Amino acid sequence: MENPDNKTQVVLLACGSFNPITNMHLRLFELAKDYLHETGKYNVIKGIISPVGDAYKKKSLISANHRVTMAKLATESSDWVQVDDWESSQNEWLETLKVLRYHHQKLASSNPANSLQNAVPLIKPGRKRKQEANRYIPVKKNQLSPETKGVPQLKLLCGADMLESFGIPNLWKLEDITEIVANHGLICITRAGNNAQKFIYESDTLWQHKNNIHLVEEWITNDISSTKIRRALRRGQSVRYLVPDAVRAYIEKHNLYSPESEDRNAEVILAPLQKYARGCKQEQTL
Amino acid sequence: MKSRIPLVLLACGSFNPITNMHMRLFELARDHLHQTGRYRVIEGIISPVNNNYGKKGLVSARHRIAMAQLALETSDWIRVDPWESEQEKWTETVKVLRHHYNESLRWLQFRKELVRNNWPTERTTEDFLSSLDPVSPELKLLCGADILKTFSTPNLWKEEHIKEIVEKFGLVCISRAGSDPVQYISESELLTQFQHNIHLVTEQIQNEISATHIRHALCKGLSVKYLIPDSVISYIKHYNIYTEESEGKNKGDLTSAYESTQHNDKHTK
Repeated sequence: MENPDNKTQVVLLACGSFNPITNMHLRLFELAKDYLHETGKYNVIKGIISPVGDAYKKKSLISANHRVTMAKLATESSDWVQVDDWESSQNEWLETLKVLRYHHQKLASSNPANSLQNAVPLIKPGRKRKQEANRYIPVKKNQLSPETKGVPQLKLLCGADMLESFGIPNLWKLEDITEIVANHGLICITRAGNNAQKFIYESDTLWQHKNNIHLVEEWITNDISSTKIRRALRRGQSVRYLVPDAVRAYIEKHNLYSPESEDRNAEVILAPLQKYARGCKQEQTL
Repeated sequence: MKSRIPLVLLACGSFNPITNMHMRLFELARDHLHQTGRYRVIEGIISPVNNNYGKKGLVSARHRIAMAQLALETSDWIRVDPWESEQEKWTETVKVLRHHYNESLRWLQFRKELVRNNWPTERTTEDFLSSLDPVSPELKLLCGADILKTFSTPNLWKEEHIKEIVEKFGLVCISRAGSDPVQYISESELLTQFQHNIHLVTEQIQNEISATHIRHALCKGLSVKYLIPDSVISYIKHYNIYTEESEGKNKGDLTSAYESTQHNDKHTK
């Protein structure tokens, strides 16, 4: 793909429950795109919404089919943000890094400049995922690096809550976080006065790659969380103008959110916690 | 079963431009009033202010009305009314309230006449007609709770207007979670006297979309998608409404309200 103005092409990927998608989720993309364009160095060419699979087992998570459909309805009016259901159609829960790798590979292989010989398998055979306490893990450069010619950079788009969730024990693997910020990059939308900067400063791993972590302050105080939307719906309150109208109509038609739906997975442990708690018990320092 | 009082909500403001937050205020107010069990909200009216209000950056009422109409296309109960903007000069809020209240009475009377004329004479007793619509709708001013604060700003409101607004009509004030509008009421004798007619509604889902920020963003070429309806964004782009130039309009002018109260000061009370 020709890139006459020498700006780095960027694709934004947002992972999450989207249970349901709200105007706030959609705003993240707009804010990130404006920010990157204003630096003069980037050209955002695509946004991808990747709803998490049902196997994530988060409390109140309703069927992926509905969540994907609502996201598609919400992005119908967008000419650059689209929904991808690869992650949600997997049988097992996938780490965010794997979703990033998948999409990066997809971008690379659709680019004529790169043949498949440069591609790296998603799961490296025979390589155990080790956890090493208190050491920063060097990133192997034989992985598909962002400098590969012609391939857009794929950056993870998120809110400050995801960034800070890096610190929750057993939720993320340190080596995953490292690879995400080293090879891809993070765009984190924050509220004024937020702790994101402090959080990055206090983490050796994040600090090392701080140039690849972009903090974008939103200029509207926007607190439209899916949790609050679900709560309002249970109470028969209006959510108009907080979610796209097509999403509101879809929720109403299918009566998606109720006290029963809120209780789904109540007795179940979140997939990543299940997975990592079973494994190594060593503490890892972010 | 006691029947609910029909109620109309009126919001005055610049709507420069209308945003998702403006429309959200109506939804919040309606939910709240319905939950009290006493009211049935039958209509919402958006009344954009007159061009002569003189506020900085205020674009022509023609555009502000058109944008509001586009925004409300999908609403089945809220509408825009151009009366205030069509007056020759800026009109005080209480006068706008009076106008819309009289309009609703007129409309009620008209409906009664219609029924009277279509029914055989012996059945059209006053009792029967009253039973069709026992009460005329109440009209309440819908606003942010910060308006309570502005009541105490010197020379911005006439004292007798504030009294008429809270006594005869009533307020529905939306405030954000964590703020305390009750103190504004307790700090004012007048408001305390009529506090039963001031409905306080808390917005738990923060969504503060300031129209000023929207205009600035548009001037800078930043995205306002999902903050205001797509149809309004297209309209703004098509007519190139918000520019550096439009933002500079009325800069330095005293707003009409101040002028009006300064001028009439000797005639109040």
